[in-house]
Amino acid sequence: MDENREKLLREVMAADFTLIDLNLYLDTHPTDQRAILLFITSAQRAKMLRDQYERLYGPLTVMSSGMGCPWPWIQSPWPWEKTSL
Amino acid sequence: MWIYDKKLEYPVKIKNCNPKMAKYIITQYGGPDGELAASLRYLSQRFSMPTEEARSILNDIGTEELAHLEIVGTMVHQLTKGVPADVLEKNGLGAYYADHDHAIYPISAAGNPWTAEYIQSKGDPIADLYEDLAAEQKARATYENLINLADDPDVIEPLKFLRAREIVHFQRFGEALRIVEDKLAQKKFFITKPEFLKKRE
Repeated sequence: MDENREKLLREVMAADFTLIDLNLYLDTHPTDQRAILLFITSAQRAKMLRDQYERLYGPLTVMSSGMGCPWPWIQSPWPWEKTSL
Repeated sequence: MWIYDKKLEYPVKIKNCNPKMAKYIITQYGGPDGELAASLRYLSQRFSMPTEEARSILNDIGTEELAHLEIVGTMVHQLTKGVPADVLEKNGLGAYYADHDHAIYPISAAGNPWTAEYIQSKGDPIADLYEDLAAEQKARATYENLINLADDPDVIEPLKFLRAREIVHFQRFGEALRIVEDKLAQKKFFITKPEFLKKRE
């Protein structure tokens, strides 16, 4: 995978991980307004990075596969492949 | 339901094969304290949790464990990819190769296939949450053993990430347990006589 693509993918992964961890915290602290605010701003950043990655390199979920023939979703690399990063 | 995201939760890029390490790491794929057991345990127990917090934490940690299962599977795959049969055999994977070639199959480090006997789903939220707390500690200890066996930073970094997540999950389950205990300790007012009292008459 080329350097720019790997760098952007790693940024998407880090941004999404922030949401995963914050969400677990909010599951047991559902009235923590500071954490909710942090989640909202983190979610905006994660969406921006995801949109940018998908525009340049293809879909991360089948919902954003868009149109294309052959079907863009099936194109490698898959995350477990050594070439995926 | 779930929607697949075409990326790992944490990056795995292992440059050097190491079938011996793969034989140990696979225990977190299909072993007694592995990610498959963790995921199915929490995703099964969530149906009988009594509070919003407990239902959501089991749902969301159970989901994250599926991402961890994928990370561990990826590590085993990359550690063994392209390794010839005789090298696998020399590193203790001869029996594995005979049954599974280079495929990923859920077994423990000792070769026992995954079984639902590794998990419990009791219908009693206190019993279930105590099991979950213990499961996170056992998984943390297993990751520490694996880190002690590893010498490649490409392998150690994802193991350290997975270990750290066990600690966070333990913390969240502890909070959920406190919330559930508080709820169960509240005075109950029955409009009609509950089923278990009727049976006693």
